[in-house]
Amino acid sequence: MTEIGLGHYLTLGAIIFSIGIIGIFLNRKNIIVILMSIELILLAVNINLVAFSIFLGDLAGQVFTLFILTVAAAEAAIGLAIIVVYYRNSGTIRVEEIDKLKG
Amino acid sequence: MENFNLILPEIFIALSIMFLLILGVFKKDSSKLIFNTSQLILLITAVITINETFSVNRVTLFKDSVVIDQMSSLMKIITLLGAFLVLTISTNYLKTFKLFKIEYPVLVLCSVLGMMVMISSNDLIVFYMGLELQSLALYVLATFNRDQLQSSEAGLKYFVLSALSSGLLLYGCSLIYGFSGSTNFDIISNQLNSNEYVLTFGIVFIIVGLAFKISAVPFHMWAPDVYQGSPTSVTLFFTMVPKIAALTVFIRFLYVPFLNLIDQWQMIIVFLSIASMLFGAIAAIGQTNIKRLIAYSSIGHIGYTLAGLATGTNEGIQSSIVYISIYIIMNLALFSCLLMLKRNNKYYEDIDDLSGLSKNHPLLSLSLLAILFSLAGIPPLAGFFAKFYIFKAVIEQSMFFLAVVGLLSTVVAAFYYLRIIKIIYFDEEKEKYDEDHSIWLKFSLTFSTILILLYFIFPSQLIDVVSRINII
Repeated sequence: MTEIGLGHYLTLGAIIFSIGIIGIFLNRKNIIVILMSIELILLAVNINLVAFSIFLGDLAGQVFTLFILTVAAAEAAIGLAIIVVYYRNSGTIRVEEIDKLKG
Repeated sequence: MENFNLILPEIFIALSIMFLLILGVFKKDSSKLIFNTSQLILLITAVITINETFSVNRVTLFKDSVVIDQMSSLMKIITLLGAFLVLTISTNYLKTFKLFKIEYPVLVLCSVLGMMVMISSNDLIVFYMGLELQSLALYVLATFNRDQLQSSEAGLKYFVLSALSSGLLLYGCSLIYGFSGSTNFDIISNQLNSNEYVLTFGIVFIIVGLAFKISAVPFHMWAPDVYQGSPTSVTLFFTMVPKIAALTVFIRFLYVPFLNLIDQWQMIIVFLSIASMLFGAIAAIGQTNIKRLIAYSSIGHIGYTLAGLATGTNEGIQSSIVYISIYIIMNLALFSCLLMLKRNNKYYEDIDDLSGLSKNHPLLSLSLLAILFSLAGIPPLAGFFAKFYIFKAVIEQSMFFLAVVGLLSTVVAAFYYLRIIKIIYFDEEKEKYDEDHSIWLKFSLTFSTILILLYFIFPSQLIDVVSRINII
């Protein structure tokens, strides 16, 4: 059995972060998926911060995590509200059909 | 005991937001009252800022997590005055589109509070809270005309890309925190002098996130869509106020925590600057919508501002601050003209709508002429001096390539500004536009045009204030 150390947590964070980024750019179907990808990115940041905080023995990282959790909730709320408003106007939330503004 | 009067502006504006919300709940039809009160609040806050903090050299509060220095007080004053002018000149526009609601000024105040926290931040957590307070309010503002498809699409795009950039920024922050052991900028600055590659990752993530916020190429893709889709009054707010806060934070990040790693970030900033200048100049050529054109021109202008930041000297930072101040004055003037293009309760925003403007509205066309010449950087208008300071700072550091690209893109950019002037003066005239503008709109256009025209007589006023800013 290998000891689970800081490197493992950072790798996990990096993997989740990459999944989030890829999810935003590869997704052509639904905006809700983008919202979920953004949450994944913030989750990866939280894993990183908590891992660093434990490793350094410094509480600031965990305090930061709590702030990020709160803000992420607010951000998701506003994001969903905007999606509802958009759906009411256009009748679709498919990513490829969001192209009224271009040039 | 902490020196609380230094953050009195923030406390005052936060309490006012809560007061206005309660007033809006309990008093019916109070939108006019709340609009006027919020303008007054912004002015009072500006006065408090001048009174309490303008003479302070550098003080840190709350265990070094908030810093009050020359840069923060100057930028706060510009932010507050900018927000005040935006609110006053957009009243008629908002009434026409039935957007004259109590939420609008409250959201503007919220985002201004967020920007003030950002500007003063000296700690990653404080910075993040300010940034999010500002962005969350701006998402809603972009979507404010919620029955219109364009506005909601603009809000949606702004939300997705801005949330992504916040994510990148945070990931960078977490790496920086892990490898320096602190969230405080000063401590980070002392800890970061090694050459670990993970640190470079952190710096790159943070720079990418901030470049999103100020819409530098290649992270600019949200700007044209959002600027075109949002209501014009919100576009005006977007082009003026958040840029100041984002630039201040950019300066603080580069020159406080990352100062020792200048070799690693200098090339990135030079690249961002060159790409923005060239792209802003070339992409604007084919545009037909004025708001979209302004978006591309603002990308180009951000390129020049970044050129000042790339120098790594105090003169460079000062020239960037002068540039952004002059730029927002030109922007204010341009949008005042745009808000005057109204006929029978409909606002016009295509370049073709300007055609032959000089026959019916000679004064408006004359000020547009001055503004566009100034944006193109033709002497002796203010825009020329702004570019001159930047190039001077860049050449002093022997960064000749950057200066040459900057000059070339000025020439390209002059093409599309001159094209608009040609349309105004030499094309077929159209119907007359309304002339019953609000006194504030006329005042802001006159005031900003006079500033642009006569800047060359008193250049030392602005320079004196800015030259007290010493970050390094």
